[in-house]
Amino acid sequence: MAILTLLQAVNDALHTKMRDDERVTVFGEDVGPKGGVFLATEGLTREFGERRCFDTPLSEDGIVGAAVGMAVNGLLPVCEIQFQDFIFPAFDQIVSEAAKLRYRSGGQYTAPMVIRTPYGGGIRGGLYHSQSGEAYFAHTPGLKVVIPSTPHDAKGLLIAAIEDPDPVLFLEPKALYRSLKGEVPEGSYTVDLSTVRTAREGSDVTVFCYGAMVPVCEKAAATAAEGGIETHVVDLRTLLPLDEEAVLDAAKRTGRVVVVHEAPRFCGYGAEISALIAENAIEYMEAPVRRVTGFDTPFPNTLEHHYMPDERRVLDAIEGVASF
Amino acid sequence: MTETLKMIEADGSAPSFNGALDDKALVYCYRTMLMVRAFDDICMKLQRSGRIGFSIPNKGVEATQVGAASALRSTDFFFPSYRDFGMALHHGAEPVEMMHNMFGNASDSARGRQMPVHFSFTKPLRFFSISSPIGTHLPQAVGAAFASQAQGKDDVSLASFGDGGTSSTGFHSALNMAGVWKAPVIFLCQNNGWAISLPSSGQTASDGYAIKAKAYGMPGVTVDGNDLLAVNRAVSEAAERARAGEGPTLIEAFTYRMGGHSTSDDPTKYVPAEELEKWAKKDPVLRMQRFLAQRGLWDEALEETLQAECAAEVAAAAKEAQATPGPTLETIFSDVYETLPNHLRRQGEQAFDLAARKGDADAGGGAFPL
Repeated sequence: MAILTLLQAVNDALHTKMRDDERVTVFGEDVGPKGGVFLATEGLTREFGERRCFDTPLSEDGIVGAAVGMAVNGLLPVCEIQFQDFIFPAFDQIVSEAAKLRYRSGGQYTAPMVIRTPYGGGIRGGLYHSQSGEAYFAHTPGLKVVIPSTPHDAKGLLIAAIEDPDPVLFLEPKALYRSLKGEVPEGSYTVDLSTVRTAREGSDVTVFCYGAMVPVCEKAAATAAEGGIETHVVDLRTLLPLDEEAVLDAAKRTGRVVVVHEAPRFCGYGAEISALIAENAIEYMEAPVRRVTGFDTPFPNTLEHHYMPDERRVLDAIEGVASF
Repeated sequence: MTETLKMIEADGSAPSFNGALDDKALVYCYRTMLMVRAFDDICMKLQRSGRIGFSIPNKGVEATQVGAASALRSTDFFFPSYRDFGMALHHGAEPVEMMHNMFGNASDSARGRQMPVHFSFTKPLRFFSISSPIGTHLPQAVGAAFASQAQGKDDVSLASFGDGGTSSTGFHSALNMAGVWKAPVIFLCQNNGWAISLPSSGQTASDGYAIKAKAYGMPGVTVDGNDLLAVNRAVSEAAERARAGEGPTLIEAFTYRMGGHSTSDDPTKYVPAEELEKWAKKDPVLRMQRFLAQRGLWDEALEETLQAECAAEVAAAAKEAQATPGPTLETIFSDVYETLPNHLRRQGEQAFDLAARKGDADAGGGAFPL
């Protein structure tokens, strides 16, 4: 088994799937010979040619719109939006077109396609290279929203997303692209969408998180353990459709829950987790659910380390619910 | 404005017609135009009598729809607007299938989820599911065209839209991308004078729409949209270029919407009466009729026969659709994803349970069937 970074695992998944299936077509801004601004698509044009991996004009709605057209006409498009912050011109194509196509045509037309895009802070990218927009998309019936947090899952989830019959928004935690290494099996394998991963077992407090917040929560959990608090860390990894049963089981296990994400708090994904627990497991709760999130402000540049939840803030929440 | 391609003169003569459509095809085109009118007429009556909620009239633009459809194959990929169903009829879509959509019933391909006039066909032609936002289907048509080419097929995509559509983001993105990729796509701008209530003069400061093609590196053609032969020729030539790998074309069909935007619209509030009168004299159906008469292909008897056939077929379709039951409750939850996710299953079960407890007939036995 190879030891790869999360970025290399994404690249490996694309190579693997493009070798397996000639319908897989990769395109976006600078993804061709350059290999993408983060090099996620490096080597694809060289191996598969310009017809299978190519650059597009700077037009996000054009990229996603073209992907819908390719998907309904026999290809399996995997397009890249260079930064999730730039995806909004394509919001219409994602929300009103790709996600609704199966429903509005009674299954006559479907859009099996993947939109890959790096999201989140931690690279000093300021307002427009740091956002976590998952909640905008998790509110969209017909779409799947996936966020890996390990190299193993990045490859397995991306291959599963490409093979999925419905459109998938694949959000890649750019802060983890090169900072995280892990074992990645060779060849093709999938990690089922709509399943959660238990990142750490514990019996006192349950922490729900995803993407770049997973290692932050794992560190906080390790520190909490030194103080005698055993934390159960759940990596949600598919936000839509969510494995609600697994979330409720993990919440009931400890009765004390913390939800962590980088995105702003108000109407953020943590609100859904909190509401799910309140509606279905309130009788198991020993403490109010606590959210550790970005602030309800735009994403700052110089002070991003204060904006993003860190080990200190997560630990404070774990200790808070543990002692409630 | 670029020079306008026109073939049928006011008296019905067409000296430049080269026989691209044979006699049978010409009469069939005329029949499709009459079928569009019959469909419109009956839908208007159904809407005014409260049997359906909404309709989109096509009066005035039939030659553009049918002229374009007659230049393409049913294996080509049509990306229509909501005022294009003549294209589907021309390639054999059944009026009853369309009526099922107008009534939003259980036999509607969209299971009653869409508003009326939002048709979708995969056969007998590829007529892409219509959405209401303007211009979103243009980049999709480019993607589909790319896919055809990538798979070694010589199918072309046709994206049809109104003058209002040229102001949308999708127009720019699609034409730009198609130009760069040399994609086998035809952009058919139906300049019908109005985008709901906004006259074409308020949509652009450019001299017509065809000249916009120049900036995208593709040919732009202006054609008399009320002249079926001219539209057929322009689209045929564009399709030929596309199939030969020479890339996209922008066609501006200059025509006129003689009715309202929809049955919810009162055009008398904004359309000058004299303008409508002027265009009524250029009625595309009468124009085609005169052309057929000049060739000895039309007489009063044929007119009566065709009109009676179309009216009867559409009336029967409406009757059947009206008698078809509405969609069942579970169609709210199906087709969101290929496989029903657990959270939708739970919501479906709750909806059925509540409906059963309230005695709603469509709850069946109260059990969610998916």
